[in-house]
Amino acid sequence: MLQIKNLHASVEDKQILKGINLEIKAGEVHAIMGPNGAGKSTLSSIIAGNENYEVSQGEIFLDGEEISEFAPEERAHRGIFLSFQYPVEIPGVSVTNFIKTAINESRKANGKAEMPANEMLKLIREKAELLEMDRKFLSRSLNEGFSGGEKKRNEIFQMAMLEPKIAILDETDSGLDIDALRIVANGVNKLKNENNAVLVITHYQRLLDYIVPDFVHVLMDGKIVKSGTAALALELEEKGYDWIKQDQTV
Amino acid sequence: MELKEKMLASFMAFEEKIDTHSELHELRSNAIKNFENKGFPTKKEEAWKYTSLNSILKNDFSVFPKKENTIDFNEVKKFFLHEVDTYKIVFIDGVFSSFLSATTHDGLDVCLMSSALTKPKYKMIIDTYFNQIANKEDSLTSLNTAFSLEGAYVNIPKSKVVEKPIEIIYFSTGNEAALMTQPRNLIVVGENAHVQIVERHQSLNSNPVLTNSVTEVFAQKRAIVDFYKVQNDVQTANLIDNTFIAQKQESRVAVHTFSFGGNITRNNLNFYHQGERIDSTLKGITIIGDKQHVDHYTLVQHATPNCESHQNYKTILNDSATGVFNGKIYVEKEAQKTDAFQQNNNILIGDKATINAKPQLEIFADDVKCSHGCTIGQLDESAMFYMQQRGIPKKEAKALLMYAFTSEVTNSIKIPELKAKIARLIATKLGVNMGFDL
Repeated sequence: MLQIKNLHASVEDKQILKGINLEIKAGEVHAIMGPNGAGKSTLSSIIAGNENYEVSQGEIFLDGEEISEFAPEERAHRGIFLSFQYPVEIPGVSVTNFIKTAINESRKANGKAEMPANEMLKLIREKAELLEMDRKFLSRSLNEGFSGGEKKRNEIFQMAMLEPKIAILDETDSGLDIDALRIVANGVNKLKNENNAVLVITHYQRLLDYIVPDFVHVLMDGKIVKSGTAALALELEEKGYDWIKQDQTV
Repeated sequence: MELKEKMLASFMAFEEKIDTHSELHELRSNAIKNFENKGFPTKKEEAWKYTSLNSILKNDFSVFPKKENTIDFNEVKKFFLHEVDTYKIVFIDGVFSSFLSATTHDGLDVCLMSSALTKPKYKMIIDTYFNQIANKEDSLTSLNTAFSLEGAYVNIPKSKVVEKPIEIIYFSTGNEAALMTQPRNLIVVGENAHVQIVERHQSLNSNPVLTNSVTEVFAQKRAIVDFYKVQNDVQTANLIDNTFIAQKQESRVAVHTFSFGGNITRNNLNFYHQGERIDSTLKGITIIGDKQHVDHYTLVQHATPNCESHQNYKTILNDSATGVFNGKIYVEKEAQKTDAFQQNNNILIGDKATINAKPQLEIFADDVKCSHGCTIGQLDESAMFYMQQRGIPKKEAKALLMYAFTSEVTNSIKIPELKAKIARLIATKLGVNMGFDL
């Protein structure tokens, strides 16, 4: 589904990604772990099309289509979703109106008619319930004055509404208490099926207790230095990242 | 003949039509003298540094419309708040239109200035308020005073809560090649009374128009006045709006100015405090493009203790549009415990767009809280990326962000129908259909 080949990227002439190779198939959950500054968030931003990063080398394929020149919205329309580490506040635009606009823009881009209002309403209710969101929450201005947990929950709510092919969760566990973490993870697990995939980007193993990955990759200094199964995450939790560094130098 | 000379000559013609023995005549004569001495303002004057009237003054404006013009209601329905019942005072080319108006004398007076100025029963109010707060030194205000005859007269008695908004609309038909009008409004709001007013100037075709409007508002003790100015005129229309507001203790007056249209628009908005615990709000949204020009020139004169003023102006400039914000806060020595706040945020989208922003704080009291903030910027890139990531294309994302940028002002519109109308106007100005009422 998603293939990344030899990806090199930089921001303001600083090389951040130095040859990433990754393949994610439908139905899989992958996790990328790594110390701060390894390039984890850069990778997720680049997959989503953030124009602040320059891809100097390499390719990104989604279902066989090379997408590295596509605008962020074109990638979104093809099924890429990024749950932001720091979701942006948009005063004056409610959660409901924002998601309506997002859904209908995607439908328009894919040659579909706008979703009928009653269908939209039903969907919003259903997904809000899944994320245990209060009805009042939906009429609030997007992310304005939301707590860290509310922001993340709102991200997963949008993900649930948009039903992406591949969802990238960038540090979704940061700022979440244990209840919010459970709700968010539960939401992701319910949305997961054999036709979509999830890429979890995280510093800590905690979230992976709830969203269990099929594969774990360790990103260090712009490269994937080790890949393994869920057991690798536990090992990292126990030993930290230094032993891999040592492994590397050996 | 230059426009100034034409105005002076026209005043003599005007005198033929009015009662020159009335007390008002002295007022008018003094006013025309002041205008004669000062003439139209030029860029040499500090207050007009960034706004030149030269290009407009070249037009050969008629001062009196040649004939009485009429308009079919259906043609202009969209300019009214037609979803709700309102009082209406409507003028066509400066002349009152009884057909389009819905005036009243039932518990409050919403009627025309020409009758208030001439009928004995209004004499006391006219003597007490007319031309009392308007700036007698200002040449354009004087020009208006000289020709003052028609406009809206609103008198709300003590404790009256006016349920329906009052709409004051000036239409220009464009039947004249070029027309200059001098609307004059007087609004007196009694103790504990509450009123909402919507004012609009609208041309119906592209013949040049110059409107030099003067509005005086008097808010008595604990009165609440919400005044909305909708400026979405065609791009050949010019407006100089001179509004003077006097507030007595504990009154609350808010003026919202929505500037989306016109060629040159100058808003002179002046607040004078005459009591304690007064609250004044001045808010504005300006969204213009092409070569449009909007100049907000505000003054809040804090003369009494324990008063508050809040200013918040948002400007979005496209193409080669130019904007000016000059906000003056004057705190007199007696005005201790003043809380004055001023904010002016500008976004330049057009490569050739410019803004001149100038906060002016003159503070003579020592125990006050005054703050001002002015920003000039582009759209937040991280917010753009966020919205695009959710599938919202660049153009729509931009519009949504700009809408968000203006929301601090739109949020405080108290008439829901007007709020929806302004949201639609903003969406139209930003060139998008968001698929929902923003």
